[in-house]
Amino acid sequence: MLNLKPSPIKTAENILRVHSIESFGTHDGPGIRFIVFLQGCKLKCMYCHNPDSIATSGGKEYHIEELVQMAIKMKSYFGKKGGVTVSGGEPMLQAKALISFFKRLKEEGINTNIDTNGRILNHFSTELLDDYADLIMLDIKHMTEEGYIALTGKPNKEIAFNFAKHREDSGKKMWLRYVLIPGITNKPELLHALGKHFKDYKTIEQIELQPYHKLGIHKWEALGWDYELKDARENTEEELIEASNILSNYFKKVKVN
Amino acid sequence: MEVKEFKNGIWTESVNVRDFVVNNITPYHGTSEFLVGPSAKTQKLWDVCKEATKEERQNNGVRSVDTETISTVSAFEAGYIDKDNEVIVGLQTDELLKRTMKPFGGFKVVQKALSEQGVKPNEAITELFSKYVKSHNDGVFDAYTTEIKKFRSLGFLTGLPDNYARGRIIGDYRRVALYGLNYLIETKKEDKENITGPMTEAVIRLREEVSEQIKSLKEMIQLGAKYNLDLGRPAENAQEAVQWTYMAYLAAVKEQDGAAMSLGNVSTFLDIYIENDLQDGIITEVEAQEYIDQFVMKLRMVRHLRMGAYDEIFAGDPTWVTEAIGGMFDDGRTKVTKTSYRFLNTLYNLGPSPEPNMTILWSEDLPQNFKDYCAKVSIDTSSIQFENDELMRKSRGSDDYGIACCVSYQELGKSIQFFGARTNLAKTLLLAINGGRCEETGVQMVEGIEACDCEYLDYDKVMANFKIAMKEVARVYNDSMNIIHYMHDKYYYEKAQMALIDTNPSINIAYGIAGLSIVADSLSAIKYAKVKPIRDEDGLTVDFKIEGEFPCYGNDNDRVDTLAAKAVADFNNELKQLPVYKNAEPTMSVLTITSNVSYGKKTGATPDGRAKGIPFAPGANPMHGRDSQGAIASLNSVAKIDYEDSQDGISNTFSIVPKSLGADSEEQIENLATILDGYFSRNAQHVNVNVLNKETLMDAMEHPEEYPQLTIRVSGYAVNFVRLTREQQLEVITRSFHESM
Repeated sequence: MLNLKPSPIKTAENILRVHSIESFGTHDGPGIRFIVFLQGCKLKCMYCHNPDSIATSGGKEYHIEELVQMAIKMKSYFGKKGGVTVSGGEPMLQAKALISFFKRLKEEGINTNIDTNGRILNHFSTELLDDYADLIMLDIKHMTEEGYIALTGKPNKEIAFNFAKHREDSGKKMWLRYVLIPGITNKPELLHALGKHFKDYKTIEQIELQPYHKLGIHKWEALGWDYELKDARENTEEELIEASNILSNYFKKVKVN
Repeated sequence: MEVKEFKNGIWTESVNVRDFVVNNITPYHGTSEFLVGPSAKTQKLWDVCKEATKEERQNNGVRSVDTETISTVSAFEAGYIDKDNEVIVGLQTDELLKRTMKPFGGFKVVQKALSEQGVKPNEAITELFSKYVKSHNDGVFDAYTTEIKKFRSLGFLTGLPDNYARGRIIGDYRRVALYGLNYLIETKKEDKENITGPMTEAVIRLREEVSEQIKSLKEMIQLGAKYNLDLGRPAENAQEAVQWTYMAYLAAVKEQDGAAMSLGNVSTFLDIYIENDLQDGIITEVEAQEYIDQFVMKLRMVRHLRMGAYDEIFAGDPTWVTEAIGGMFDDGRTKVTKTSYRFLNTLYNLGPSPEPNMTILWSEDLPQNFKDYCAKVSIDTSSIQFENDELMRKSRGSDDYGIACCVSYQELGKSIQFFGARTNLAKTLLLAINGGRCEETGVQMVEGIEACDCEYLDYDKVMANFKIAMKEVARVYNDSMNIIHYMHDKYYYEKAQMALIDTNPSINIAYGIAGLSIVADSLSAIKYAKVKPIRDEDGLTVDFKIEGEFPCYGNDNDRVDTLAAKAVADFNNELKQLPVYKNAEPTMSVLTITSNVSYGKKTGATPDGRAKGIPFAPGANPMHGRDSQGAIASLNSVAKIDYEDSQDGISNTFSIVPKSLGADSEEQIENLATILDGYFSRNAQHVNVNVLNKETLMDAMEHPEEYPQLTIRVSGYAVNFVRLTREQQLEVITRSFHESM
């Protein structure tokens, strides 16, 4: 039986704006995870496979306690490694409410993870990072400023690097993620740059390579948006191995997702 | 030959195989590393079998059929696949894959099945069964009421075992190996002596039954003699233990063609003999695996003569040689042995296969190595299923049980069950909104339900009417069951199997329902949205218009999941009120086999928005595509159905794309084992696991010849995908394949 606690008052910090929910996530963090995709993102990455989660309006409002109760019902499937991942959209846009969400999850003994682009570093997000997020997965979009702008539509790639530095200084676990697009992000010099930047970070457990795929295209079409990456192609097996080999020089573990 | 030394216990004083196993088992906690591939002999034999099954497929599913013999335990001379390479011998007839007549279930069915092959039964046999001998089927229809026939023909009660054998009874085949037939005959004789007056009908019947059993045990000795085996004495080594056990099972499938003819849980038992021989240096792992491979190969070659229509309810020519593997003893030790692994290893040595229907009795306490191996086998072959050992053992009381048919607990050697097919609960719900009339034909089925002409369906009113409809359908269902089992005992008594079970065992009757997710979603729509019935000129519903949203079963939403659980509890409760033949204990299952397709065909549009004729989801599954919150939410919904309300089993078929299970093989294994721990810790009872890409299935539809062994779990059993009808294949493909990106 669903055992809802008395409904808390509806204030912004008790509500999360949710794009969708996946009860069986196996690709967004360790083990089996309950994934809450949050609505809204300030970037518009060319390859985004959830473009309908970009708009900051829309989505469905969930009481935090409602999500906590859902997570509790999934708890028996988490085993030793699994837990809850918030993804998006960009979860850090709702950092304030996430503090209360994660606080409750920690009370329930549930592992927490944030999948983020690392663009927001304010006092809410730092409290969330430092006190409640067991793991973060930081998406490194591009190693050059031009590349970053072209890919995401926004400048200042350094913000994400500062975000990584903050995490490193806190001494808490982090994974990096990197979307591999042949000719755009999958170039040896970029991969070496990525490796060199992060090679001394002690909190990075692994880097995940996410091979580019076109599965999101139909969603762009549905939104009436132009999919500018139409001509990009998927990586060959050799390209994946090569990228993976380069990064192995710098990181403890390289995983192809 | 030297008789093996075993640790004694009460098993040496009376027939008690469980006690023998408890005292002599060597539980195994290690990995699969010790396993070996098939021996040269096994490979040669399997090549012959593969060729023969290919011929069978090319010949519309039947390779050959005997029209001259009534199949009994001792009928037919010895048959071999390739004698020189067989270490375990015995076929149902003198020829591989030859099907036989077992006319006591129903002679007309035999005639029909034969005529579909272009042949006729021998004239003498035809004369015998037309003029002098009565079958189960004749008996049932002599006693059926007009009302039962009406419920049956209009699709409220479907798949009833009234024109085929009921099956489901599991003989304790281990007894022949452990005790030898001479001893078993003596104990049955003693039992019979002790069944004394006053001579009530029940006492007379039991005396007659035990006499039949004794004759059957004697016939088994003759069967052994045809293969130069002395089954009168106990088995003396591993090879004999496997051989004796198989002969006992063979006797059963020579005499009976029950829908499901489960094997029990022989692997742990056989391991004791194998372990002994290994310790004594008599055999090596090669022979140990060879015995099991060849035993399993024989089980894969079991065939029954079926008519075409049978395929609708049980598609793909299944025989349900269900073998329960693993589980725990009440004393906390695991029942997993090296032979548990050897059985699973046959899926590699001989390739994937639906038979035997290997069922893992899952407990959180199983050795982690075994859990991981089971997960691996499941991912690699989609051929095995899982059931909750903790739940069943504690709820039902024994740690020595097999699985009857698909999912049903049955204590071995101590109890049996009466198979009862199922009722169409979705159609029953439609009675509630059509004034008790069949929505398709307008025939009045149930009295006392007011015709409803309101614009929108009222939840409380529908529920009140649904209760009346359930009560009436349960009553007619119970009537039919009592007739069927009375007649089956009378005309097609399972003497060979019953001879290997305690005299006067406890019995449960296995009722069932289909269409649970349709009922749950329909009630949810009526309760949470507004449902407007569209009626034809006779006032029968032809469609439903739904205004607003409603939660669907399969998303871990209590608002609707409780409706599903309540429907199960309510119907079970109606059934529990009714008296049953031989004082059997009523139990119920949520299981469809492949009949969810034909049930759908016979059911009009339903208030959940399902159009007329669309297949139901199988078993207790959420409806295709409506479980939108991912695999675990879907599993959690099914787990809410209380096993105490459905003790015959709650079948869930779970299909997932390999990539969604994890990024690599190691992760996939870990995740599947974790899911199973999680699902069963929520008191779920059963899950079939398919780890497949839809594309593979679609390709197999187009190029069946390239996928002769592609196996897929459907509902409590597995089939060769290419042996399903196109319609059934399409239904499997439209099911929810959990996929997350």
